[in-house]
Amino acid sequence: MFVPLLVLRNAFRHKLRTTLTIVGIIVAIAAFGMLRTIVDAWYAGANASSSARLVTRSSVSLVFALPLTYAQKIRQVDGITSVAWANWFGGVYINERNFFAQFAISAPTYLAMYPEFVLPDDERRAFLADRVGAIAGRKLADKYGWKVGDQIPLRGTIYPGTWTFNLRGIYDGAQEGTDTSTFFFHFDYLNETIKRQFPGRGDQTGVFVEELSNADDAAAVSQAIDATFKNSLAETLTETEKAFQLGFVAMSEAILLAIQAVSFVVIVIIMAVMANTMAMTARERYGEYATLKALGFSNGFVAMLIYAESVGIALLGGLLGIAATFPLANVFASTIGAILAGFKVSRETLMMQLMAALIIGVVAAAIPAWRAARVRIVDGLRAIG
Amino acid sequence: MTAALQRATGPAAASASESGAVDRASAMPLVSVRALTKYYVRGDQVIPVLVDIDLDVAAGDYIALMGPSGSGKSTLLNMIAGIDKPSSGEVRVAGVDIARLSDADLALWRATHVGFIFQFYNLMPVLTAFGNIELPLQLTSLSRRERRERVETALALVGLTDRATHLPNELSGGQQQRVAIARALITDPTLIVADEPTGDLDRTTAEEILGLLERLNDELGKTVIMVTHDPKAAEKAHRLVHLEKGVLVV
Repeated sequence: MFVPLLVLRNAFRHKLRTTLTIVGIIVAIAAFGMLRTIVDAWYAGANASSSARLVTRSSVSLVFALPLTYAQKIRQVDGITSVAWANWFGGVYINERNFFAQFAISAPTYLAMYPEFVLPDDERRAFLADRVGAIAGRKLADKYGWKVGDQIPLRGTIYPGTWTFNLRGIYDGAQEGTDTSTFFFHFDYLNETIKRQFPGRGDQTGVFVEELSNADDAAAVSQAIDATFKNSLAETLTETEKAFQLGFVAMSEAILLAIQAVSFVVIVIIMAVMANTMAMTARERYGEYATLKALGFSNGFVAMLIYAESVGIALLGGLLGIAATFPLANVFASTIGAILAGFKVSRETLMMQLMAALIIGVVAAAIPAWRAARVRIVDGLRAIG
Repeated sequence: MTAALQRATGPAAASASESGAVDRASAMPLVSVRALTKYYVRGDQVIPVLVDIDLDVAAGDYIALMGPSGSGKSTLLNMIAGIDKPSSGEVRVAGVDIARLSDADLALWRATHVGFIFQFYNLMPVLTAFGNIELPLQLTSLSRRERRERVETALALVGLTDRATHLPNELSGGQQQRVAIARALITDPTLIVADEPTGDLDRTTAEEILGLLERLNDELGKTVIMVTHDPKAAEKAHRLVHLEKGVLVV
């Protein structure tokens, strides 16, 4: 008990200094965790993707639509069991700040292809039966307080006019990482309305989604699909759903790299602050260390005292920082959850936070401990008086 | 007290203490300093601090090292206590040439053989009087109960039983020095070294401290080497040793 008691009492000798250091570590560790979680959330869509699904889009760009007639030809490619399609709607709910993803889908096939969207049978039937019906993910419905039966108006930006949908169901995620912040409605409703208003824009969709009979055939089937439409007016690019999602992530790669770099810079900064604190602390106590050595305590014991104090403070700050990450993440998720759907503090992030706190403690103590261990007793004793 | 301390530190310390009494009687030196030289090098300049010192201290003796500032008396004390090493020469304490010990062995040797009393007490500010006195015992294999008994005995000896739970900043200078004396005594060391033990105290308190040192020497048979500027403190010693510019003046 002697050593822990000595370390604890030493750690809180300068209460203000220690408290401020701990606060700094809390902020740094929480910020590190938040930034890592933001990066993780960016990849969450890709990580939750199925390897048994392919996505086909225009080879030129995602903004160019594909003819709906492609569905029949895709269905004939060997290795495909089902084809669905989805189209980005891009509507505004009340005002532009309320961003969330909205897709017009070929509802029966699409829902069958995505078993991770768990919808009660009665709500599924009601949605499929209602031409202007829609379903929303749980997170999205909770955010805006929607209930089944509500009417949801969206102002079209790509497709003009106000589109009002009947909310027929609220789906949950089968897995923890499943996105439940998306709004789905019937492609047929969109297509028929557009064909009436803008005949030239009808019977087109943004992407086709294919279900594979064997996920191992993904590469061959992708090539077969793209070969089918080679030299057509709308050539295709087919890739796994994961690659498709990573394509979106890649567009933000520079930002992600910057976020990752900042997360490590935060740790390096607090490491320097902590090292300065420990250096000051050790310098003030050279006389005491010299006394301990004179009494027979070893150089290693003196170094151990400094390491224990530094690591103790860093771990305390680290644990509090980890605890602070959860409410911070909740606030962040409720604010921009629809943009970063999979916003959740992962176990890996928690481990990285803990490791970061440990490294801060060890690195910060290294030089002060080395110096204190080497200080000559007579020199240290001279510091007293 | 001596018996209690000897019991706790084991047969080695006990025999050392007993042999101290024998040594005192036979005048065999406990501390033997031969041709001791200490110098510092600053650039190309060699600064001598101690020059060719020969000194014997018998077990159970009480000597005062005196001399003007910079005469080398504290440096000599540090050599004898094993917290500094000579540039050349030999320092033998109870037959061991401590100048030849490694740092680790020397630390162990100090823990067993030397009790330190400093001018500014050098107590751990975060430990109570009890904790400070107990500090050297943390290096022994004594049980918690044995340690407590020994500390309580030492506290009683220096008259601070009622101050056991006080932190150093809650004690007067004299009380802090008494805690330091109890700490020096707690392992029943062969030798007690005191560097200006009354230098930071008023006359009355200084007298109390000097009285305690006398008791350590007279009643417990401890060998005491004290550095002092104070002639009245030096009067308490059995023998005075003067140093001038690093040389012993007989």
